[in-house]
Amino acid sequence: MTLFVDYSLNGVAQGMIFAALALALVLIFRATRVVNFAQGAMAMMTTFGASTLLEHGVGYWWAFVAALAIGFVLGALVEVLLIRRLEGRSELNPVIVTIGLLVVLEGIAGAVYGNSSRGFPAAYSQTGLVIGHTTVDFSHFDVFVLVAVVVLMLANLVLFRATSLGLQMRASAYAREMSRLLGVRVGRLLTLGWALAGLAGALAGLLTAPTSSFSPYFMDLDLVYAFTAAVVGGLESPVGALVGGLVTGLCISYVGGYLGSGLEPLGALALLIIALMARPKGLFARPPARMV
Amino acid sequence: MASLDASGTARGAGAGDAIDAPGSGRAGGSRTPRRLRLPRQPMLRHLALAAAGAALCYLVTSLLSPYNDVLAGEIGLYVVALAGLSVLTGMSGQISLGHGAFMAVGAYTAALLANHTGLDLALQLLAAAGTAAVLGAVVGLPATRLRGPYLAGMTLLLALALPPIADRWNSLFGGDQGLVTTPPTAPGDLNAQQWLADIELWLAILTLVVVANLVRSRFGRAFRAVRDDEVAAALAGVHVARTKVIAFVVAAACGGLAGGLLGLTTGVVSTGEFPLTLSIQLLAAMVLGGAGSLVGAWWGAVLLVYLPEWSSSLAGDLQLGAGTSAYLATIIFGAVLIVAMIAAPGGIQGSLRLCWAYVGSRRGGAGTGDAVRGDAVGGDAVRSGAMAGGERPLQDRAPSSGGPAAPRGAAGSPGSAPNVQSNESSNSDG
Amino acid sequence: MLEVRELSVGYGPVTALHAVSFDALPGTITAVLGANGAGKTTLLRTLSGLVRARHGSARFAGDELLGRPVETIARAGVAHVPEGRGIIEELTVAENLELAALWRLGRRDRRAAIAATFETLPRLGTFRDRRASGLSGGERQMLAVGRALVTQPRLLLLDEPSLGLAPLVTAQLMAILADKTAGSEMVVVLVEQNARSALSVSTRAVVLDLGEVVADDESAAVAADVDLRRHYLGY
Repeated sequence: MTLFVDYSLNGVAQGMIFAALALALVLIFRATRVVNFAQGAMAMMTTFGASTLLEHGVGYWWAFVAALAIGFVLGALVEVLLIRRLEGRSELNPVIVTIGLLVVLEGIAGAVYGNSSRGFPAAYSQTGLVIGHTTVDFSHFDVFVLVAVVVLMLANLVLFRATSLGLQMRASAYAREMSRLLGVRVGRLLTLGWALAGLAGALAGLLTAPTSSFSPYFMDLDLVYAFTAAVVGGLESPVGALVGGLVTGLCISYVGGYLGSGLEPLGALALLIIALMARPKGLFARPPARMV
Repeated sequence: MASLDASGTARGAGAGDAIDAPGSGRAGGSRTPRRLRLPRQPMLRHLALAAAGAALCYLVTSLLSPYNDVLAGEIGLYVVALAGLSVLTGMSGQISLGHGAFMAVGAYTAALLANHTGLDLALQLLAAAGTAAVLGAVVGLPATRLRGPYLAGMTLLLALALPPIADRWNSLFGGDQGLVTTPPTAPGDLNAQQWLADIELWLAILTLVVVANLVRSRFGRAFRAVRDDEVAAALAGVHVARTKVIAFVVAAACGGLAGGLLGLTTGVVSTGEFPLTLSIQLLAAMVLGGAGSLVGAWWGAVLLVYLPEWSSSLAGDLQLGAGTSAYLATIIFGAVLIVAMIAAPGGIQGSLRLCWAYVGSRRGGAGTGDAVRGDAVGGDAVRSGAMAGGERPLQDRAPSSGGPAAPRGAAGSPGSAPNVQSNESSNSDG
Repeated sequence: MLEVRELSVGYGPVTALHAVSFDALPGTITAVLGANGAGKTTLLRTLSGLVRARHGSARFAGDELLGRPVETIARAGVAHVPEGRGIIEELTVAENLELAALWRLGRRDRRAAIAATFETLPRLGTFRDRRASGLSGGERQMLAVGRALVTQPRLLLLDEPSLGLAPLVTAQLMAILADKTAGSEMVVVLVEQNARSALSVSTRAVVLDLGEVVADDESAAVAADVDLRRHYLGY
């Protein structure tokens, strides 16, 4: 029973990180119909950036904020330099380009930082909290993860639901040409969407690094888990990303706990296939466009 | 492989009327006479070319050093893998980021059989292809309902999910140490490397012949119909889901065979041989070679084998550290992939065809040239490559054989329609 | 005033508009009529910047429209209601209006203008916070026109507003349009296949055929010209 509680708590903590990365995927998919397979690698880069700053004696929170800023800029750059040039081509082209970016970023990180895993500090203690007389598998750092991701989600919700910028972003995601006709500078908003995704991904990287082997490939699995989470949540909905993240996190934690850690990706694959099969039409959550 | 070979032969031997597949309606009428007159010729030509190629490979491998024989053999096994991927992505329009998983399954199957049963090498490899084909069918089933990015994500997860299984049951699969394989014993006084390289190159040629015939059969037309427009294909009577699964099975079988060969080449089968990078590099090589083009598979395989060689010597010239040079190939691969996708979506083979068509149009063969150019310039990676290269795979290796230009043009024109649209949309954005 | 001079537009080898010239005056509706494929939609898409022109000019209030980005033209007060209405289905009715008004009005004026729109089009008011995807064809068209009017545009481009509407709804729409135009400074270009109802509200009419202007006259004169009507307007 305590095992189950520990696995659940661990699942929630992991799930929140998946949710942050899934949110990045959702932001980009909504804006440009692209699944950014380089999102994990971009987060890896920003985290390595933070790591470098820490090594040079920069304070933890400054490095943290700098990583988020780098993520923001990196996201914008990728959209402007690469994705924008693929407009109007087959939907496979952006997949291949983001894969290419993944390869390049991991190669650069490997060349600069080496392949061995390094340490990355956590903002708070990683020993389990003591509740009553038992120590549970949920640390101060996990609490911080929970809070950070909830804040990210809320900020996202406010941006999209309560500001005119969010209104414009939603409009340009759904109806590009019409939004332009209404005066929305769609190109800039798509860039902004990628930039915000870069920020969300950077947060996921910073939250993952302390609890994983921090190497150039440390976000590979997180990316596919986040993809699973995003698909479970519908790939278009930020709230879905949160729910999907939790479901995926719990699923992986139970599979890893009860069946062995090597089977976690297989568990995610099963979950992904179930999610994809549960909805026909390949899960494009939006109803097909009307031809009026 | 046997069953695939049979279907290929059936096409060659079958009467022309059996081939009147749905989806070929437009071109059907004008082509009928040619088809009736020369039903067997492409098959014969393929076989003749294949025999010549096999002899050439034997000659080349006997001249190379053992080290270069190993590299030549690797080219062969990657051609096998890339041919399958080309069918899947280039011709039937389904993307796979998990081709390495099929290779892993094939490699472990062959190695387990070798270690536990002492089965003949040919049967080992057949079993490797067969087991991978079964996995391909299993993966292909859900994939029938997925498109583009969803399928990419699922196959990516597959590539990451399969290798850890071998670690989980390490008593069977050998864990990190992996399973040791024994290379085939060379007949006579051939050295082992040359013999393995010959086997690999011959199997590559055999695979290409089988796949080329498959592509020319009604399956091939069904693949392209499904890729270009699923709804239209379904309306024309193509069984879309079955077609997609078949494409997956073919691709997986090729992957499995290549995996079995990889195991023989490296001498050991372990999870470390099948990282995510392998799957990604396979996709990259397929795209760079020219998606959907079987000739492109050779370009891709050469890239896969020689890029690491070239980049490590480049790293030496630039006096980079050993750690850096290991990553240089990866970086170049990714960067070239991105640039190619933006600038030359047709890959190497598509670009060569562009040059060829350009020269041709200079000489007055304007019609053909335009059709091909229209494709690759505005084009989608997958579409243009396939249009440029998929139609007449083997003849292209020997331009002197100069196949008739008409089919090329005919293949180009339907593909150019989507490009008009894409141009228009980019205009309105600008 | 909108002055279109020698405007030519083509897609590849196809010429969609050839040396089109006409004027449209403030406070009036100028109808652009013609059969399918005459180039009417292309004309509007060129004016709002979606399609690039080959030659010619289109000056509005002295400023050249051609060659400027779509968004800039829109923000300068050109409202284009595209064929098929172009409402954004995923947004609510109010959000559709809000979005259109963002650049033309301040926050307080926006609220007032949206409230005023709901007064003119009370049916829309009842759907205020519903997604636009739930609206009927007529309601969608009302929203599209309301969304264009809420920006208090200087130039209003309407593409086939009557398409797919019941005659009664069309009449209602035309009445609102005539009412909003009369006495305002707004220039209205109304593209229609339904020539009869367009001629009933417009002051001038331009008839296009295969991308060329075949008639440019008072609406009453066009309506009275039986040959012209039979040849190009189909009634």
